[in-house]
Amino acid sequence: MSTIRERIDSAMLHPELRAEGDPDAIIRDGRRLDHAEGTSKPLRPAPEPQPRGAKVRGNRPIDQQEAAARFIAATEHEKMHDERLWDLRQKRDREMHGIPEWEELRSLASAIKEHTLTHLDEYLDQFEANARSNGIHVHWARDAAEHNQIVHGILRDHGATSLIKSKSMLTEECGFRHYMASVGIEVIETDLGERIQQLDNEDPSHVVVPAVHKLRTDVAEVFAHTIGTDPGNSDVHYLAEAQREATRPLILNADAGMTGANFVVAETGTFVVCTNEGNADLSANVPKLHIASIGIEKIIPRLEHLAVFVRLLSRSALGSPMTQYTSHFRGPRAGGEMHVVLVDNGRSERLGLEEFWTSLKCIRCGACMNTCPVYRRSGGLSYGATYSGPIGLIIDPTFNARKYSNLPFASSLNGSCTNVCPVKINIHEQIYAWRRVLVNQHEVPLVKKAAMKAAGALLSRPAAYRAAIAAADTALAHLPRFVIYNGLNAWGKHREVPHPPKQTFHSWYHANRGAKR
Amino acid sequence: MSSRDDILASIRANLPRVERPLPHVPLFDDDPPASLLSAFKESLHRMGGVFLDSPTSADMLAPVRAKIADAKIVCSTVPEIAGNRDIADVGAPRDLADVDFAIVRASFAVAETGSVLLSDADLRVNGVAYLAQHLIVLLDPADIVVNLHHAYRRPEFRDRHYASFHTGPSATADIEGVLIHGAQGVRSLSVLPIARAVGNLTH
Repeated sequence: MSTIRERIDSAMLHPELRAEGDPDAIIRDGRRLDHAEGTSKPLRPAPEPQPRGAKVRGNRPIDQQEAAARFIAATEHEKMHDERLWDLRQKRDREMHGIPEWEELRSLASAIKEHTLTHLDEYLDQFEANARSNGIHVHWARDAAEHNQIVHGILRDHGATSLIKSKSMLTEECGFRHYMASVGIEVIETDLGERIQQLDNEDPSHVVVPAVHKLRTDVAEVFAHTIGTDPGNSDVHYLAEAQREATRPLILNADAGMTGANFVVAETGTFVVCTNEGNADLSANVPKLHIASIGIEKIIPRLEHLAVFVRLLSRSALGSPMTQYTSHFRGPRAGGEMHVVLVDNGRSERLGLEEFWTSLKCIRCGACMNTCPVYRRSGGLSYGATYSGPIGLIIDPTFNARKYSNLPFASSLNGSCTNVCPVKINIHEQIYAWRRVLVNQHEVPLVKKAAMKAAGALLSRPAAYRAAIAAADTALAHLPRFVIYNGLNAWGKHREVPHPPKQTFHSWYHANRGAKR
Repeated sequence: MSSRDDILASIRANLPRVERPLPHVPLFDDDPPASLLSAFKESLHRMGGVFLDSPTSADMLAPVRAKIADAKIVCSTVPEIAGNRDIADVGAPRDLADVDFAIVRASFAVAETGSVLLSDADLRVNGVAYLAQHLIVLLDPADIVVNLHHAYRRPEFRDRHYASFHTGPSATADIEGVLIHGAQGVRSLSVLPIARAVGNLTH
């Protein structure tokens, strides 16, 4: 039987209020004071539930707008996400201004990548020969399925049933964890963000910070269900420490380790892995067997070129001069075994796309995502694809033109992505080019197509364009709202159309300057 | 046809028919800092590392001794200071899981970024630099290069099977951008400037 005092307490007070260490409570004689304006209940709102990503239905086109609308409606998530990524963008700018040769480094990086991609067969051949002579086993995989089978084969040969790995976008591309689960191999992600996503059965939402769309309360909920943390404790230090303690025994007992690679150096047969947590080095250096999955476009010719990319990568990604760990693997350690799987998975075909092959220069820094107003406000999972943000818009359609046919429209074409890209990919121009390609391939719905066609016709004839703009401005000033804000105008859904100017620039120029010519 | 031949054939069929010469990469060292050691120290601090100032006493290793005074298990790979876990006896890397402090010497350091390079020769067992709770690195001030362009001319990248730049301790900001040291690897990284012992110039 509980005492009257206890029953009153439980009726009036949320149990959380009796928790030790509540910094807001004034406790006297073991009771929380609630006089004057003090409350008897915690007024912290319930955590906002995490908005989930795009609904994926087989091969049907992803509706990015629908998922983005749900993300925007989750105001706490949207605000944190937007501010966090914009902070990364600003830190990137600070680093850029600290290096006088920044623009020269970008030009060099672009030129080195374009040279290598136009001689890709030669450099891959050179890497393979050098890596083999250093004692690395080199495998080649045409596609995702072959990659997964090769890795499975290596693990089977060693009797390995558990694998610790660092984050790799390539293995996401290959559906690697899903495949390994189907053959009974336990995969443990060791990057904190990626581990959160794995435990939550979600894909990474960003190439560098995979759980950036989650609030600390979301992480607390995931960890409470999976690694047994206190569901009421969303202190970030507590959550990170709990994950460290839970993962360490899995690292120590794993049969094999896996990493990706950020760069591959042909002349030395080296691959380079960059992390901040040191988790790739644990994955590679604790188990005897190390497997690295590497996309064929990661290659560069020589060590002197590596300096350019290492200087650009973390500065562009996180606004820090270097990742905490930049590790160079040139051969197995004593008593160990090292395998490299070189994966094509559509890359060699992409090389043949005249307008799009330079997307292969990408070093996966995520700068274009951090700066993109659409990405920052819609979250990476709204794209329903392995790669999100501006770079995703131009890579995803190469995997599936129908499924990702809507993605190139998730852009305002402001060009900020192109401006921050450390390897100078003309991202916004490729986004526009994809729109044209997808319209021609009939992968675009009728409404967008009609609008594109009308715009295309207008933009190709300056006189008609001027007349149309003047007419539209007049019309916008007088049309009833329902004509402007209807389902056909995606732009009007969450925005007010700006007030139309009284005069177009062209007519102003004609009236004020034209006569002086 | 093998996958290798398939992939290379597909690449050759798709190679862009454009001329893209390989550019020359300058060393970007026209304006070096007045003191490489001071520049290194400042960069290291920015990245969360600790620079141990040389002591005023005769015992150059006093700052290291102070750090490890309360440690249960210390694993040292350097002749300057002894630990109580001999790296030569380590059978598997997991045997290092209980190490509190590891003490190693860096091959060299980079002033631009505050990085120290640790190779498989410096570490003896690579895992020691990640499984220990804390890492102490001895660095000869003569072994600092100005930037990464100079760093990649060093022989370690051609000779060693493993070489890693450590730039501060293990860190993450994966949850709401909150910075945490000791995400998976070491919780702290300290660097003590101290010349290599005579006769220990090569590994």
